[in-house]
Amino acid sequence: MSLVTDQEQTPMRTKEAAGVTRHRGRAVADGWVMTGRYLRHVVRAPEEIVIYFSLPIMFVLVFGYVFGSGMQVPGGGGYREFLLPGVFVMTMLYGIGATATGIATDVGRGVVDRFRSMPMARSALMTGRAAADQFRAMLEIVVLLTCGLLVGWTWHRGIGDFVLAIGLLLLLRLALSWVGMFLGLVAPNPDTVATIVFPLAFPLSAVSNIFVAPELMPGWLGTVAAWNPISATTTAIRELFGNPGLGGDSWATQHALLLAVLWPIVLIAIFGPLAVGRYRSLGR
Amino acid sequence: MTSAVAAEGLRKRYGGGTTALDGFDLHAPAGGVYGLLGPNGAGKTTAVRALATLLTFDAGRAEVAGADVRRQPEVVRDRIALTGQYAAVDEILSGRQNLVLFGRLQHLGARDAQRRADELLEQFGLTEAKGRSAAEYSGGMRRRLDLAASMIRRPAVLFLDEPTTGLDPRSRNQVWDAVRALVAGGTTVLLTTQYLDEADQLAARIAVVDAGRVVAEGTPAQLKATIGADRLELVVEDAARLADAATVVAGLTGTTPDVDADQRRLRVPVTDRVGSLVATVRALQDAGIPVADAGLHRPTLDEVFLHLTGAAR
Repeated sequence: MSLVTDQEQTPMRTKEAAGVTRHRGRAVADGWVMTGRYLRHVVRAPEEIVIYFSLPIMFVLVFGYVFGSGMQVPGGGGYREFLLPGVFVMTMLYGIGATATGIATDVGRGVVDRFRSMPMARSALMTGRAAADQFRAMLEIVVLLTCGLLVGWTWHRGIGDFVLAIGLLLLLRLALSWVGMFLGLVAPNPDTVATIVFPLAFPLSAVSNIFVAPELMPGWLGTVAAWNPISATTTAIRELFGNPGLGGDSWATQHALLLAVLWPIVLIAIFGPLAVGRYRSLGR
Repeated sequence: MTSAVAAEGLRKRYGGGTTALDGFDLHAPAGGVYGLLGPNGAGKTTAVRALATLLTFDAGRAEVAGADVRRQPEVVRDRIALTGQYAAVDEILSGRQNLVLFGRLQHLGARDAQRRADELLEQFGLTEAKGRSAAEYSGGMRRRLDLAASMIRRPAVLFLDEPTTGLDPRSRNQVWDAVRALVAGGTTVLLTTQYLDEADQLAARIAVVDAGRVVAEGTPAQLKATIGADRLELVVEDAARLADAATVVAGLTGTTPDVDADQRRLRVPVTDRVGSLVATVRALQDAGIPVADAGLHRPTLDEVFLHLTGAAR
């Protein structure tokens, strides 16, 4: 009996499976078209990405040369060697602004209404944006690598560790894409995005180990800084690049590599559903 | 069902407690332009958004282009297009890139999407501006680009939500021409507008919406007939003879006319249009009352609109 039933059900299952595959294929294709759209934005309006570059480059110059001359790195070594990994991470962090503004502009200008009234996969806007952010992040990383090499920074370990470090940066950027999309959907209009993102991103970068050792901060602030996702990735890539780190014996510091993987996954698990829910509720 | 758009008892209450749709019924036949008129906040845009699957509704049933809006939204989306109040195009991309993008998202192949984009740019007179960012387009050009995007795959039903709001008369005519061309190709257009002359010009049938429901429906002529017949208007030379004139007119038409003493004007509904005009003017001349002006006045959609939506308030 059960054999017969199985046989009877097989064609239906196959059809269903084919439907799912077609659906997924379409979602991927639509997402890819949307990625192309956001990348064309970069080409057509390069001034935006230049603004996002100018900030990290300024950080390298100001902190590397102005403040850096008066700073002592605990483990020894140059301040710029110590600083650069943090600037990589900070650039990923400030990418939230670009993501949030992009999404908020789409919603505010009504172009999302057109997308939602078309037979495209509804996920395409968000997956397309996240993928485009990855390409942008790669471009940003290339610029920063060049900039870093010019000011005397370099990596000291094998190509495997180097690739892993870049991978961690991209993973962090992926998580921050979802945070940015959520913020962009929550913002009442594109102009208010900056007023939401900056007060969030600035303390996240300041209360971390990018510039100063958490041990030097007041007790509770130091704990926050040590556990900050930004600190986890920074510590991890300092290690992987073979750049001087801060050391420290807190659990968070000892397990920075693990946290640099876990934190982004947790952020995606929280902000992914929040952003998708918010996008869906546009129709309520 | 022969309706291109059918709605029965749609209800929609927003989170804030506003009831936007309150038993909204609509049957728009396939083909032609169907007008949706109503004051601001009457629920026109909510109705369009609900029918175009952009907004869920709390109760009721709707069918668009033969598919159930609630149960088969993706089928509906496959057969409709929407052009809203604000041109929904990508401002950074060029006009051509916009059309190719929307074509690709409607699952045209890359080459087909490009070919169709070029056709539409030509048809809407945007070929010269195709490489420029949409942000640099004038309001009329942007609206045309938006309409072109709605026509990439001839939709069965096109929702046009106030397509000419804020446009100069020339751009408005261009939009009207595009709408007429689309209708000639077999598309049903559901048009919401605040401009009554626009509805009068384009729409074969009109529904008047107020407070979330349809309060009147019919052809423009039928709607005009609901507020009464044509009227005869007479202005006499001498204000002192106004009362005499009123007596003469009442005797002829069987109805006591409205008298406006300041304007020295009489107004009376008539059925036999030109016959009444000629007979009345002759009777007044015979009575020695000089007539300064005489004319027939047909009710306008504005009057229909004010009458219907004013009464409901």
